[in-house]
Amino acid sequence: MSEKKRETPLLDELEKGPWPSFVRELKKSADTPVIQDLLGQLERSYEEHLGHWKHGGIVGVMGYGGGVIGRYSDLPEEFPHIAHFHTMRVNQPAGWFYTSDALRKICDIWEAHGSGITNMHGSTGDIILLGTTTDQLEPVFSKLTEIGFDLGGSGSDMRTPSACCGPARCEWACYDTLAAVYDFTQSYQDELHRPAFPYKYKLKFAGCPNDCVASVARADMSFIGTWKDDIQMDAEQVRQYAASGTVDIQKDVCERCPTRCMSWDGTNLTIDNSECVKCMHCINVMPKALRPGKERGCTVLIGAKAPIVGGALLSSVFVPFIEMEPPYSDLKELLEAIWDLWSEHGKNRERVGEFIQRVGLGNFLEQIGLEPVPEMIAHPRTNPYIFFGEELHEKQA
Amino acid sequence: MSASPRKTDIGPPHYEQFLPPIIKKNYGKWLYHENPRPGVLVHVAESGDKLYSVRAGTPRILNVKTIRLFADLADKYCGGHLRFTSRNNVEFLLTDESKIDALIEELHDLGFPVGGTGNAISAIVHTQGWVHCHSAATDASGVVKSLMDELYPHFVNMDLPAKLRIAFACCLNMCGAVHCSDIAILGVHTRVPEIDHANLPKMCELPTLIASCPTGAIRPATVDGQQSIHIEEHLCMYCGNCFTVCPAVKINNAKTDGLSIWVGGKVSNARTEPKFSKLVIPFLPNNPPRWPETVEAVKHLVEVYAANARKYERMSEWVERIGWPRFFKLTGLPFTKYHIDDFTHAGETYKRSAQLKH
Ligand code: SF4
Ligand code: SF4
Ligand code: SF4
Ligand code: SF4
Repeated sequence: MSEKKRETPLLDELEKGPWPSFVRELKKSADTPVIQDLLGQLERSYEEHLGHWKHGGIVGVMGYGGGVIGRYSDLPEEFPHIAHFHTMRVNQPAGWFYTSDALRKICDIWEAHGSGITNMHGSTGDIILLGTTTDQLEPVFSKLTEIGFDLGGSGSDMRTPSACCGPARCEWACYDTLAAVYDFTQSYQDELHRPAFPYKYKLKFAGCPNDCVASVARADMSFIGTWKDDIQMDAEQVRQYAASGTVDIQKDVCERCPTRCMSWDGTNLTIDNSECVKCMHCINVMPKALRPGKERGCTVLIGAKAPIVGGALLSSVFVPFIEMEPPYSDLKELLEAIWDLWSEHGKNRERVGEFIQRVGLGNFLEQIGLEPVPEMIAHPRTNPYIFFGEELHEKQA
Repeated sequence: MSASPRKTDIGPPHYEQFLPPIIKKNYGKWLYHENPRPGVLVHVAESGDKLYSVRAGTPRILNVKTIRLFADLADKYCGGHLRFTSRNNVEFLLTDESKIDALIEELHDLGFPVGGTGNAISAIVHTQGWVHCHSAATDASGVVKSLMDELYPHFVNMDLPAKLRIAFACCLNMCGAVHCSDIAILGVHTRVPEIDHANLPKMCELPTLIASCPTGAIRPATVDGQQSIHIEEHLCMYCGNCFTVCPAVKINNAKTDGLSIWVGGKVSNARTEPKFSKLVIPFLPNNPPRWPETVEAVKHLVEVYAANARKYERMSEWVERIGWPRFFKLTGLPFTKYHIDDFTHAGETYKRSAQLKH
């Protein structure tokens, strides 16, 4: 390459120190003009305290409305090789499991047709291929599909669903998160690739209430594994934990149980399972001795989101308990009912959590056809401003 | 011409083809796991089989050359099987315990530390920043790198009262679960956006722009004979929503953008319910390349927490036990009017009882 290397004294500072350096990652391709320009523009941002990317334009692959984020430099004369620098989101395999072969194939495609820079992974869960030009989008896409990969979501569509590693590697998984995420993703390819909703809709599958995929904070629909019956206990292993001195069963387990439903007499641990809220604490502390019960399923919560537009929300209980068995027909029926209602009545850029706040959970449930149950609320209303409406008026007539 | 037909909507590859044989054999039949040392997990199956996972931190931005190095390591140590975690760590899945030390050594030599398990700080989840986003009030990767260089001992050891999850977002869009983290760092704007009246009518749809503002601060206005907008300054809380829908309303400001710090959020249900992070430092200056003020502030919060929290108490549980007044006293952080909520449900955050520690 004839171009001279750009000076990056500020970024060079970030090559120092024990944590792996993103600057070093970029510089591994310092011999390409694209990375020279990327480093140059980033150095400029560090000097000026200002980003230099413009809003994404509408770019994509044929027939898809999602999966590509258009990105343009606002200094295209100075940094011509990143004048177009689009991101491609590639739907990750469930649980982020790979073989070295599959990864190498993705790397080869991205080196030939893009910057060679990735995120493993993006916040929603996709493989992020960071930076290419418009004319390369189709070639990347067709090569990806040849090796069995497809694009993920972006914009106002179903975003790429994600799942924890579940039964593949976790003894606490109360349902098969990988099977579920694969099934839902395949069932809704159209909703994933062709934005037609008021705003984004995220699905996240966590195998137990530890919620390793942060579904309660981030998903419009969170599927959190749980159980109904008694915690499985190996009493001998409990005594071993006590004897080993690593766990003080009274202090670390019984006194930290949120419902204080456990007691320990020095030999036997007793759990009043009817009071247990399935918080996972005791199981997390003594994985050899305690396990979730056998009657397993999940709690479905809806409506989490980050602050934009109307403020952040955690998701809230929608279905207190449901078994998670393919083909998940009941859940898909509910999901589609939500999509229909929200698509018809939701405002532009209104997430489903905000929509529910606006119309009221009670009205929302009525429209979806789900009975209200007390598990859905922290407590009943405290204000007397009740919209009784026609239903009651008719009864009184 | 023998071009194969264009494939669409094939979805992700089926996960099963990527699972190592030991996982296929013991799928759903894991009995328990242990964390014998930082960065190493051993999962024991009902069959007695043992799976060793070795977790290494990455900078999230990965060159394909590095991914190939990981692939080579996976071939050498674990039959080509590896995975990534939701926090951008890479995990190697071994069946031969005797190979762990050699793998860890190779990872160290390549510059990827092994850790992030148990009562540790795992990798900081973060966003794109100046590397790839138009909204960023600050860079993401640079702040995170600067922080992790200092917090490194807590990644490679398991010496905290409980796990500590840190997240970073470069604007209020908060790509990532920043708002429910033990410590969250958030890029903030502090000035009303500057309006490019000349280009606004060409670039943006007025009704969409006006509707984008959560506080109704945007009003239609005629400027120099052209349709444009006016922003009611007293209603603007610098969220950047207007900028998201209209590039002519410029929210980024080199002089006044900065960072804020929030603590005490969590997503797990363990012991206490999931909760949001709360504001503890409203503004710190944007100071690349090392953001010393932010790094110091976070390090200080980690130290005060580590010294005062009891075993199994996450940041939120510690703060709830001691109460916010004592939190501000212990950390020495100033409490200001900015800490008091004044958005939609602000009243719910006021203390409405006489139960106070004196
Ligand atoms: S969410 Fe639960 S089941 Fe899934 S990986 Fe985490 S601890 Fe295991
Ligand atoms: S899971 Fe939680 S609530 Fe249930 S017994 Fe254990 S600690 Fe108590
Ligand atoms: S948090 Fe904001 S600035 Fe950062 S990547 Fe997301 S949208 Fe862009
Ligand atoms: S920054 Fe936010 S509050 Fe201010 S005018 Fe724009 S949308 Fe409204």
